Amino acid sequence: MPIAAYVIIGVVVVLAIILFVLYNGLVRLRNQVKNAWAQIDVQLKRRYDLIPNLVETAKGYMKHERETLEAVTKARNLAQQASSAGAGERAKAEGELSSVLSRLLAVVENYPDLKANQNFLALQEELTSTENKIGFSRQFYNDSVLRYNNQTQMVPSNIVASMFGFKASEFFEVTLTAEREAPKVSFT
Amino acid sequence: MWEQIRSNQIRSVVLTVGMGVLLILIGYFLGLYFFDNALAGLVIAILVWTVLSLVGYFQGDSILLRMSRAKKIKRDDHPRLYNIVEEMKIASGLEKMPDIYIIDDPALNAFATGRDPNRASVAITSGLLQKLNRDELQGVIAHEISHVKNRDVLLMSMCSILLGTIVILAWYGSRIMIFGSMTGSRRSSSSGGGGQGQAIILIISLVFMILAPVLAQLIYFAISRKREYLADASAALYTRYPEGLASALEKLGTSTGQLKSANKATAPMYIINPFRKKGMKASDLSSTHPPISERIRILRAMAGASFNNYDQAYGKVHGGKGVIPAASLAAETVPITTTKLEGEAGEPTEIQRARETSDVMWRLNNYNTITCDCGAKLRVPPKFKEPQIKCPHCGRTHKV
Repeated sequence: MPIAAYVIIGVVVVLAIILFVLYNGLVRLRNQVKNAWAQIDVQLKRRYDLIPNLVETAKGYMKHERETLEAVTKARNLAQQASSAGAGERAKAEGELSSVLSRLLAVVENYPDLKANQNFLALQEELTSTENKIGFSRQFYNDSVLRYNNQTQMVPSNIVASMFGFKASEFFEVTLTAEREAPKVSFT
Repeated sequence: MWEQIRSNQIRSVVLTVGMGVLLILIGYFLGLYFFDNALAGLVIAILVWTVLSLVGYFQGDSILLRMSRAKKIKRDDHPRLYNIVEEMKIASGLEKMPDIYIIDDPALNAFATGRDPNRASVAITSGLLQKLNRDELQGVIAHEISHVKNRDVLLMSMCSILLGTIVILAWYGSRIMIFGSMTGSRRSSSSGGGGQGQAIILIISLVFMILAPVLAQLIYFAISRKREYLADASAALYTRYPEGLASALEKLGTSTGQLKSANKATAPMYIINPFRKKGMKASDLSSTHPPISERIRILRAMAGASFNNYDQAYGKVHGGKGVIPAASLAAETVPITTTKLEGEAGEPTEIQRARETSDVMWRLNNYNTITCDCGAKLRVPPKFKEPQIKCPHCGRTHKV
């Protein structure tokens, strides 16, 4: 065989290896994004399960906070309905739920009896931690999305991405109403 | 951004190779001196190292946990600690939940172990558990989890085994050389008149035997310190809240208690150096760890929570170039969380935390706790066989 044939074969092999590496890298990142999304999902579901218990326990003590409790329950149901929607819409509903929840946890301060309830304290720790976990899994998801999107847009992996249909993912942005406006505190 | 480890690993590998070279040189001189054959010495050195490494790799974490008398806890034993570890597991993207251990010791310290991220354990002293609030505990756990995530645990245990091998060989080698040459009989038959050459080899070997452990130790400390900075930076990034770790370190730094169950080999595993002199503050003496005061100042100087911000803060506090390898610096800044989602409402006070922790410790030692209506807590030892117990405070009887 002439030398040219070897050269051509060599170039083809090298190109194939580069293609494999880039493709596998994209698949790995896409799986990580999926995985991170599943993590958020687990935590959000956990929050849906916790809230009815919390509201039930708090109801007996918080006679004057019927509105807040109802708002929490309503926001939870709305968020659960939105759970089949896309990342953007879902994030909005979840953000709403987070902000009414933090309002509820703030008014708990006014009810010393409730704060002494062991059952409530355990629920509160669970809820606080679930809130944190949602935040951290969102953080990790967004970092994963950023890396994946960068990879689908940058040369040379963008060529592979467009060849095999790797689409950019959506970020999970939550703007809490509580973060935008200071919470109203009433001293009654 | 999360793969920053790689370029730091290269630097660590270079240093580790440096230690390896020291080991080989020791083997070489030992062989040359005792057997007239450098190869034999090399084989011995590498054999000792291999055996120790294998033991360390497969049994290291369980040996370490057993030596520190750590007790494994489940979720129900301490829900808050478990939750915090789970939070950091999620933030760091670790795939498997690490095992959690508590060490019954009033000293303030914590460490992580496990040869790979899927086989990790985090241990914390009961003293630290009751001293820190939620944010601070989160910072400490984040620091430990980043040691796991950055694979520092494996690197540091392999390095400490290398160091240990060098120290052992150099110690025995130099002792035998000194006392062997004093009696003067050992080599007289085999060397046929090369008295001058003998003496030179003896002197070079001896000097090297004395210098090698010191050199190895310095390299070891250099690796360890780098890793501490990187773990601090990662902790800030995971929690998005550098102040948590900073104020935890502040509490750690003012404590003077020494950890009873630590030893020299395990020192770099801990969050602060467990071998401070008695009565000396933790911030004064540190060899495997950078000075605590400096770590706090860097964390407090951070304008954001990214590696980039940590690097800038390091430059500001320390002067000179940063500690984080350039390749891993993402250009963007990551904002620090200022409003924590959790209300301070559910935060237990230090006294409550102390009670909580002591409840856990009693339970881990198989004591049964009965809370009497008068408020007293009865701790029933595992050997107690009676069906009933009387409260010594108010006289009510309880079923066991």
